[in-house]
Amino acid sequence: MAINTMKPLNQINLVSFGITDKALLEMLRSQTARIFSCKVQHKEARTELGQFFDGARRQYNADSLLQMVHQNYSNEDAKTIGLFQVDLFIPILTYIFGQAYLNGQTAVASGYRLVDERYGIKTNRQNYPERFLKEVIHELGHNFGLIHCRSVGCVMQASTYVEDIDLKNADFCPACRLQLEH
Amino acid sequence: MKKNSILIVDDEASVRDSLYNWFLEDGFEVSCAEDASKALKILDHEHFDIILADIKMPGMDGLELLRRIKQIIPDAIIIIITAFATVDTAVQALKDGAFDYVTKPFDPDDLSHLIRNALRQVSLQEENETLRERVSVLEQVEDIIGESEAVKKMLSEVEQVAQSNASVIITGESGTGKELIAKAIHANSLRKFFPLVSVHCGALTESLLESELFGHEKGAFTGAVYTRKGRFEMADNGTIFLDEIATISSKMQVELLRVLESKSFVRVGGNKTITSDFRVICATNRDLKKMVNEGSFREDLYYRLNVVNINVPPLRERKDDIPLLVNYFIGKYCKSMSRPIVTMDATAMKRLEDYDFPGNVRELENIIERAIVVGNGKEIKLRDLPLGKAVTISKTESLNDLEKQHIAQVLTKYGWNISRAAQALGIDRVTLYNKIKKYDLKQ
Repeated sequence: MAINTMKPLNQINLVSFGITDKALLEMLRSQTARIFSCKVQHKEARTELGQFFDGARRQYNADSLLQMVHQNYSNEDAKTIGLFQVDLFIPILTYIFGQAYLNGQTAVASGYRLVDERYGIKTNRQNYPERFLKEVIHELGHNFGLIHCRSVGCVMQASTYVEDIDLKNADFCPACRLQLEH
Repeated sequence: MKKNSILIVDDEASVRDSLYNWFLEDGFEVSCAEDASKALKILDHEHFDIILADIKMPGMDGLELLRRIKQIIPDAIIIIITAFATVDTAVQALKDGAFDYVTKPFDPDDLSHLIRNALRQVSLQEENETLRERVSVLEQVEDIIGESEAVKKMLSEVEQVAQSNASVIITGESGTGKELIAKAIHANSLRKFFPLVSVHCGALTESLLESELFGHEKGAFTGAVYTRKGRFEMADNGTIFLDEIATISSKMQVELLRVLESKSFVRVGGNKTITSDFRVICATNRDLKKMVNEGSFREDLYYRLNVVNINVPPLRERKDDIPLLVNYFIGKYCKSMSRPIVTMDATAMKRLEDYDFPGNVRELENIIERAIVVGNGKEIKLRDLPLGKAVTISKTESLNDLEKQHIAQVLTKYGWNISRAAQALGIDRVTLYNKIKKYDLKQ
């Protein structure tokens, strides 16, 4: 359900890095606009990601990517989320789906670990766009100051596996929505 | 809802920042320290539900930090972060009291589970603390009124002795509330869900007491028309309270000693041995030790009963409690008589505070009950108290004190008219002057 009484927000920017699926990007843009009831723009970035690759871990450093998106693509009037298709990590964790500045302007999310084949499950690409959307909404929720929620089905529930993501909705519970509005 | 708090101790800024963000998003109140000494400084004035500490740090390492924290806060929940190479050290950390350890980099799901378990431990500790506080609050002591040091000391003794199975002798003058103390001990003991059986030994003849304590079989004596359980049997798993224990006969003393030693007995007229698990609490207003010395109370029984002695102080030794007791009894009797709460006139209260109360709290209770019945329904006045106008002098005061007080009262009564006061006292004026001088009486 769309939020019609949310606090004024000019814009959300989706900045994609190396994602070629136009349909996916359009779905993420339109659904994000519907859920947050604001203008959402998509921009394709050309930044070379090699510098964020950690050879020892064979993963991309999410902290550095977040900083890069914040410095190069973020502005004060909008929330900006970088969309990736690479395996993200932070130094202390083996992987993450995304991360955000709590109550900040910038977030990152990756679809790399949202596909079934990473877990030895038979490929089912139908789940993938919905999972990506939930991650985008979740990280943007952190940008709006929301913390992890324990309400069943709320998009702000913490997820450490794709199964957790599948169990939640791509929308906020009434309590989180109320917090967004205020 | 209360936010849980976490302290992250790691020398690597990237690890601190990662964990900081992770826990912030999870709704924690997060603090960070870059080394062990800074962590100890923070812990000096702040409490954290969980402490997450890296094992390898310059200066004081995580293990030493763990040991230091455990010395100050034994219940602290500390999770040690380690690299693969130092798993052995992490195991040592567990032995030293760490809640758990994680090997970095760790799986987000592992971290979630670990934190969830740690929070469960936090809530168990809090629950445990609440229950401990609840247990330590004495139950059924509402009727033991008083805030004097004597009462506090007595209640502390009750608290200490209640949890044990030790026999207790409660000593104190008549009317001090010895039975209330027995009830409080029972109510706060592990036996509280079983009966507290009271026997007033002084009110029963030897044969009746024997039948009362041990029970009797049908036909055991004339009038024993049915089998009756004795009080010891009824008190199985509970407590038996033997009031006025000093009044029991020599024969009963022997019987009682045998029962206390074997926890078994035979009903009067029966042949079956019955066992019962009971705790004994006795009360007396006599000096049992003196009775032992005089040979009227068995020494072996005395020592068997007198494992713990609780002395209930007489009311004259805790006069500070009189106003509290007065208000308590006023409330109690006004409520039972369905009357509005009355107050007590300051003069009447002063008189009560000056009174010696040989009958102790029971006497005060009777005085208040009577005063409410005969009073005007609004305020208890001096005339409502059955104490007369004379002040009973404390037993500890001398004859000189008595004379001094009496002369002072008579002088006050006659407005310091020496002639009339001397006449009332039955002495001449010169003698009265001498006594005024001797006792330094002033108008």
